[in-house]
Amino acid sequence: MQQFPCPYCGLRNETEFHFAAESGKTRPDTNTPIDDKHWSDYLYQNYNPKGTSKEVWMHLACREVFLMTRDTVNMDVLEVQALRGEHHD
Amino acid sequence: MYTYVHNKQEADPMTLPYSAWQIAKQSLTNHKNWTPAWRTKQPKKHYDVIVIGAGGHGLATAYYLATQHNIKHVAVLEKNWLGGGNTGRNTTAIRSNYFYPESVALYDLSVRLYENLSAELNYNVMFSQRGMLVMAHSEAEMEMASRMTNAMQINGTDAELWGRKKTAKRIPVLNYSDTARYPIHGGVWQSRAGTGRHDAVAWGYARAADKAGVDIIQNCEVTDFIVEGGRCQGVNTQLGEIRGEQTAMVVAGHSSPLASLAGFSLPLHSYALQAFVTEPIKPVLDTVVFSPSYGTYVSQSDKGGLVFGGALDRVPSYGQKGNLPMQEQVITGLIEMMPIAQRAKLLRHWAGIVDVTPDSSPLIGGTPLPGLALNCGWGTGGFKAIPAGGFLTAHYLAKGGHHEISKPFDLSRFERGELIDEGAASGIAH
Ligand SMILES: Cc1cc2nc3c(=O)[nH]c(=O)nc-3n(C[C@H](O)[C@H](O)[C@H](O)COP(=O)(O)OP(=O)(O)OC[C@H]3O[C@@H](n4cnc5c(N)ncnc54)[C@H](O)[C@@H]3O)c2cc1C
Ligand SMILES: [Zn+2]
Repeated sequence: MQQFPCPYCGLRNETEFHFAAESGKTRPDTNTPIDDKHWSDYLYQNYNPKGTSKEVWMHLACREVFLMTRDTVNMDVLEVQALRGEHHD
Repeated sequence: MYTYVHNKQEADPMTLPYSAWQIAKQSLTNHKNWTPAWRTKQPKKHYDVIVIGAGGHGLATAYYLATQHNIKHVAVLEKNWLGGGNTGRNTTAIRSNYFYPESVALYDLSVRLYENLSAELNYNVMFSQRGMLVMAHSEAEMEMASRMTNAMQINGTDAELWGRKKTAKRIPVLNYSDTARYPIHGGVWQSRAGTGRHDAVAWGYARAADKAGVDIIQNCEVTDFIVEGGRCQGVNTQLGEIRGEQTAMVVAGHSSPLASLAGFSLPLHSYALQAFVTEPIKPVLDTVVFSPSYGTYVSQSDKGGLVFGGALDRVPSYGQKGNLPMQEQVITGLIEMMPIAQRAKLLRHWAGIVDVTPDSSPLIGGTPLPGLALNCGWGTGGFKAIPAGGFLTAHYLAKGGHHEISKPFDLSRFERGELIDEGAASGIAH
């Protein structure tokens, strides 16, 4: 079992974590009209990189969302980053 | 015998037909004169169509281009050895028990092509229509099973709703205890479903495509696309530049890295999908069973091994090995649904990298780069679809547009909001 570091709780079993999405997408401003292409790109397109990937994850135990940078080939965790507040090292 | 045949590359390239007579004839010379099943070729400078990826879908695409559309200047470029991707790693369930009309049309075309494939290719792909049961474990699930059965029948494929008694009679090896974690209420039976021989499908298409004049070039990784005048004009490879009027990428789990070389992204995530086989045991199971609740499906191979698998790993990955939590889930699922399996030793375990779309339906058709088509997104269930996927991709390339059956699976469905959500409809699917 691999362990992932939660910025708040430290190392925990991978089964406690949920992969949410690739990071870096900005939700289009829906107060102004957006075309189908931009909306569907936002919803569905991924880079799905082989190698370094920066992603949004949730630690299901504490319900916190954070950024994790991984290597998608050897599964190494390269960096985690809390999205708010202070975090323990 | 096949290994010997494939490695003997200096022999006469003429493909010998396979038959009982041929075996008898070759035995007179101690089987020394069998010829290779396909030739080893060096790439030419230019082709009508370049197919990237010699998995089942790529090889079938080339085969149907040559045989259905008379397009013979076709190259299939493979970075490793042919059939070494997901096609050679899958658990070989073939079925068309899907929910939506578009899906049944696609997968049933494939089952129908499979029914005649051994004869067509002159290669025994060992399609065994032993039937498949998708189990239901509660009254509520029986309601859904009956909805599924109705949908399949309306869409024109065979389906039967089975209760507990019929299931217990037909498949006695399962766990019918009332205290089972998921008691068996019955399920959806498809009698034309079954299993095939994965390598034989790749090898059979390769041999038949080669015979029809297709160049299959192994150890030839595509490293970039040649784009001129806003159009894909071919590819760069480790064996140099190869030009093509049209190019098709048919590379399953590696579609996103190739797409990024071509300058676009796709609605895909790549995941490892694992499978397992036990040591051979006496015949106990002569059909395919799948329990969405246990998250496990199983069949027994002709050699006697229990071949089983389950859902995708939970973490997107290109590492071609599975992770432990999913192993535990799949194996515990197996021994709860079929308790005698707990005595069997695991013989092998492996994984392949599959390409999963948001609606668990494939992508066939054009890409944002003119001159480049694709066939991918089959995720956990594209072995069953190899004949249809190849047939439809060849049609798209030859006619410059979709066959009726592949039209709904165009990449543009996401922009149109016309998803074909089989992820939700048929659960984890193989
Ligand atoms: C464990 C497991 C179990 C499965 N079980 C089932 C099942 O029971 N039933 C079912 O229907 N489906 C099943 N599947 C899914 C099925 O195996 C796939 O959907 C199907 O084989 C895809 O075929 P393909 O030809 O598209 O891809 P592949 O067979 O993966 O072929 C793609 C080829 O492209 C090559 N390639 C990649 N990049 C490049 C490049 N840059 N240049 C040149 N070549 C390249 C690869 O080396 C590979 O050989 C399973 C998959 C796995 C992993
Ligand atoms: Zn936490």
